Amino acid sequence: MSFSVNTGANRIAGKGRLSPAKTVTFTFDGRRLNAMEGDTLASALLANGIHLAGRSYKYHRPRGILGSGPEEPNALMNIARDKARRQPNVRATCQEVFDGMEAHSQNTYPSLTFDVGAINDVLSPFYGAGFYYKTFMWPKAAWKKIYEPIVREAAGLGKSPDEADPDRYANRFAHCDLLVVGGGAAGIAAALAAAKSGKRIILADENPELGGWLRAETSATVDGIPAAEWAAAKQAELAAMENVTVLTRTTAFGYYSHNMVSMAERVTDHMSKPDADLPRERLWQVRANKVILATGAIERHLVFADNDRPGIMLASAARLYLNHYGVAVGRNVGVYTACDSAYEAAFDLADAGVKVVAIVDPRTDVAEALLASANERNIKVLTGHAVTGTKGRLRVKSMTVEPVNGSAKESLEIDSLLVSGGWTPSVHLFSQSRGKLKFDADSERFIPDIHVEECVSIGSCNGTDEMEAALSEAMASAKDAVGGRAATAPKVAGFGSMSGHLIGSAKGAGPDDHVKAFIDFQNDVCAKDIRLAVREGMHSIEHVKRYTTTGMASDQGKMSNLHALAIAANALGKEIPEVGLTTFRSPYTPVTFGTIVNHAKGDLFDVTRRTAIHGWAEENGAVFEDVGNWKRAWYFPKAGEDMAAAVARECRQVRESAGIFDASTLGKIEVVGPDAVKFMEMMYTNPWAKLPVGMCRYGIMCREDGFIYDDGVVGRLAEDRFHVTTTTGGAPRVLNMMEDYLQTEFPDWKVWLTSTSEQWAVIAVQGPKAREIIEPLIDGIDLSPEAMPHMAIREGRICGVPTRLMRVSFTGEAGFEINVPADYGRAVWEAVWERGAPMGMVPYGTETMHVLRAEKGFIIVGQDTDGTVTPYDAGLGWAVGKKKSDFVGIRGLTRPDIVAEGRRQLIGLKTKDPKVVLEEGAQIVADPNQPIPMKMLGFVTSSYWSSNLDRSIAMALVEGGFDRKGQTLYVPMENETIAVEVCDTAFFDAKGDRLNG
Amino acid sequence: MLLIHCPYCEEDRPELEFRGAGEAHIARPTNMADLTDEEFEKFFFIRDNEKGLVFERWRHMHGCGRFFNAARHSVSDKFIMTYKAGEPKPTITQAQIDAVKPPAKGTPANEPVWTVDANTGEKGEAK
Amino acid sequence: MAEQLRNLTIEDRKGPLTGRVFGANGCTLKPAAPAIRISLRAGAEGMAAAKKVLGIALPVKPKSTALKVDLACLWLGPDEWLIIDSADSVLPEKFAKLGNSLLSAVDVSHRNTAIIVEGANVEAVLNSGCPQDLSLDAFHVGSCSRTILGKSEVVLFREAENRFRVECWRSFSDYVWKYLADAAKSA
Repeated sequence: MSFSVNTGANRIAGKGRLSPAKTVTFTFDGRRLNAMEGDTLASALLANGIHLAGRSYKYHRPRGILGSGPEEPNALMNIARDKARRQPNVRATCQEVFDGMEAHSQNTYPSLTFDVGAINDVLSPFYGAGFYYKTFMWPKAAWKKIYEPIVREAAGLGKSPDEADPDRYANRFAHCDLLVVGGGAAGIAAALAAAKSGKRIILADENPELGGWLRAETSATVDGIPAAEWAAAKQAELAAMENVTVLTRTTAFGYYSHNMVSMAERVTDHMSKPDADLPRERLWQVRANKVILATGAIERHLVFADNDRPGIMLASAARLYLNHYGVAVGRNVGVYTACDSAYEAAFDLADAGVKVVAIVDPRTDVAEALLASANERNIKVLTGHAVTGTKGRLRVKSMTVEPVNGSAKESLEIDSLLVSGGWTPSVHLFSQSRGKLKFDADSERFIPDIHVEECVSIGSCNGTDEMEAALSEAMASAKDAVGGRAATAPKVAGFGSMSGHLIGSAKGAGPDDHVKAFIDFQNDVCAKDIRLAVREGMHSIEHVKRYTTTGMASDQGKMSNLHALAIAANALGKEIPEVGLTTFRSPYTPVTFGTIVNHAKGDLFDVTRRTAIHGWAEENGAVFEDVGNWKRAWYFPKAGEDMAAAVARECRQVRESAGIFDASTLGKIEVVGPDAVKFMEMMYTNPWAKLPVGMCRYGIMCREDGFIYDDGVVGRLAEDRFHVTTTTGGAPRVLNMMEDYLQTEFPDWKVWLTSTSEQWAVIAVQGPKAREIIEPLIDGIDLSPEAMPHMAIREGRICGVPTRLMRVSFTGEAGFEINVPADYGRAVWEAVWERGAPMGMVPYGTETMHVLRAEKGFIIVGQDTDGTVTPYDAGLGWAVGKKKSDFVGIRGLTRPDIVAEGRRQLIGLKTKDPKVVLEEGAQIVADPNQPIPMKMLGFVTSSYWSSNLDRSIAMALVEGGFDRKGQTLYVPMENETIAVEVCDTAFFDAKGDRLNG
Repeated sequence: MLLIHCPYCEEDRPELEFRGAGEAHIARPTNMADLTDEEFEKFFFIRDNEKGLVFERWRHMHGCGRFFNAARHSVSDKFIMTYKAGEPKPTITQAQIDAVKPPAKGTPANEPVWTVDANTGEKGEAK
Repeated sequence: MAEQLRNLTIEDRKGPLTGRVFGANGCTLKPAAPAIRISLRAGAEGMAAAKKVLGIALPVKPKSTALKVDLACLWLGPDEWLIIDSADSVLPEKFAKLGNSLLSAVDVSHRNTAIIVEGANVEAVLNSGCPQDLSLDAFHVGSCSRTILGKSEVVLFREAENRFRVECWRSFSDYVWKYLADAAKSA
């Protein structure tokens, strides 16, 4: 049985390496087309005779496919798989066609062939260099309402998808002895030579298969076999080696410090129906001992009038489309080149039956051999000539040819024009590695000079165009990377020359010509724009770049930078090295956010921490709040209750009977050793030496500047063992600061620190009935007030498991904090709950905890302090050991500005109208009638409705606050001014009678 | 991403495991309470922040947990050496600095176009 | 009559990952059995004392472990070890008898939990989030290290060529589990 699917009229039978038996169907702007498996979207379109691929960004000029790889500036497509999977700005030259793919051209309205935005082309005098800076400047108000919406609609590249990205992405950290970037001839040879050492080697290449430009060769051979076959065979050989990882479809896009190279592997973008478990892309973060950069070179176009019509493309691309994809890019082809390599493209096309109208070459000294080969094929070569214009609306129809030193114009009909201005080494990664480039005056291009990282550049990215020399470099670099003896380079034959180049304006696009000769296709920058920028005072290449936006599109000027530089240098009357080069930045090609984020989406976006009691709170209807990475129960609403009602009920009930609260997130540090008390004396402002074993104390920790850093209750378990608690958020930084002092200032002290934050689940039972509730569950501890007064800590058992029981209170009620090993936390909680619930105990959350502590005037570090508050400012001067000779912060607390009058001090505020609850953060003034800007005395730090007091309460930091007790101050808000009275921070049970109940 | 040699783990480890901890060799005075304002300012607020050779502290936060010191070039980001906390500040030779400093200018990339005459303040062309 | 009070036993010990299983691409995840863990901090004197309690000497080489039947002593730092014992439930009491003058032994049995990751591509799975070189040459059987996985801190212990024990704090063990599962799916 035989079948034949039409994969395009321009497929040349017998050419290319794709299999006609494997075909796929896709759509382009809604039109169904066939392609061969292995086609890129570009090759598939060209096979079907489609050059017109999109409209340009600024002028909306019709644009065709220009290249064959990541350098492509024009053929940017929207690629869709389904509704959610729609990726804009995909280069058609890199996207492989898969069955069912939907491709859409971009920047077109209403259609690709008829685009209303093309009026910009006619209006182009208004869109010259720096037009963004000159236009839309006045009137100012019009920017937001008129200019910006219009610019956004007309500009912009592609459309972002409407739905969240459903794909998965992955990350891999990898280590190797040698990373080879680029799997062309040099990269393959280097990897092979190095692989024999047995060392770990990674070879990465952006294409689906290795070979690079070998894939464009026909008669050239390596080791006696056709070059592309050699590449395929060597790829298989490398892939089979255990010490070698071959990564195809993998772009090395960033080169960072200490030989870290980031690479994006496209895993499923070429698949029709990928397995849902497969990540779409994988980020590789490779740490290599040595890196060999074999990133090749990218061909440049030529800068002449109307050099951007569809059908005009790089000669190297046309050659690759013919020899790898079996596609002839035209039937009547012109060639305009200043480089020998384009001749090979012309010869191959001619040999495939395509008419080559003429090879136009501005050089007069073209190699005899090339001229002879052209002659054999009856191809007219016009040396010393230039193409000075083209015609054709949606596809090039003719070119105007004239002598470089003359003006006799001739028009030649063509349907494609292959151009080459020579080859630019891909020094992007080298440059990112902070390597220094040098300008090679002969070839007029930048090549690697000083390497800074452990890397070496080989082959054409090093400016080494000759294949034999490139392979010698490969052998030397492999030996250098892995040691041993240098291997013999493969024998090569039949490779053409890459000599000859032209940078900057070609004939007809000089300073006196007012034509559109494009340098940067993607950002629509012409030669004249560069000159205008220089005339308008942009003398640094960095300024020229930003003013004209040349090289700033997503292709980062891969083809255009040298042209722009040459034209700028010419306009400045300088040599190119004097003008300098703009910086190459990562990424080399665009990288999806998915790849950068990789695993960190959804549940893995950030670490979520849950306590052992979380499940119970969830089952009992808790609403949670985020506190750092923790999920904490915020309040426990009953049916029909809003937050205010739930919190009011919880607050009342804790004071009336009891409440149970999950305090597990508190930081805990075990401080152990003979010097433990000495260490505590140093770290906290308080004195500790006289704290009896079995008792707790509230401690304050400062930084050396005297500002409060953290606080918490500390229990003394033994002479030489402390149970230290910290704030929830402060736990890591407190331990870090303690370790810092211990390791670097007091390394001889015999004391050790261990985080026990998560060893203990902490169940706070607070309220008048707290003792009664837990007493029957406790074993081995006398809970009577005499035996266990306020601030006592005991070790014993609860429900049969060990506990550290602390009689402490953050509510002002008598209460206990039950520490139990966390894996028993929920079971103990449930046992306490079973006992307490019938006695009126409620579960309460962090909001109620905040209100209850505010009623008592207890501070929360980070809410009532902000890093500029001393213990004295917070009214906690009693916690500073006056007789101590040293502690962290002791000198900070005596600084002139700390002891000065007028510091902001923490006081209470009562609104004159008790129903009004102040806003936290609201500013406070003495005289609300003073002119604006008013003198701000301070601000509200905590503010709540207190159901127990049936009024609002607040705390604030106010200048000279302690001396203002009884004063009336004002809180000016948008619509009213609220009068407040300064008071003590303890609003409830100021004497503390309830604590001892 | 830096690769940092931990002197306690005795191997190179990825930067992600470490946390920077500021300038090294600033000892906490033993007579803290008696410092003058000027001495305290110098101890607590003033840092060298050199361009070039720096001595800095790191903590192998997500590794062995130890603080240690490093001599590093702040422009090239390259380490000259790392050493344990408490070890004396090493003498770094010019040869050691030269081995890690970024290549001298003279290659064309990012050369300034203007030079400014230090005396007259006038702009001139860069060489 | 006295109330019937709940007396909890070892059966009531519920780790945060109890009951989970996961497998993909030949890689399995399972929670490790409950264990006794001691965070040990000690200088030279303390190490000698610890040896008497443990019956084996603490390892002094970075990244190394000392093993004895059910006991694993992991080097975490020059004065820090993680002792994991899956059998001796009175180890904390034995250390408590030593007092606090020579060393610090803190019971962290419940602070940590552990995931056993096993399979042919276990290195690739862990390297999805861990930036260390985990190849056999760099991280051989018996090696251990505190390091990071994604945005969390973990302790890795290579129990066999294809089996790692991943210790982490209990509150974010769900994150570590899900990270490893996501990595295993993508490996």
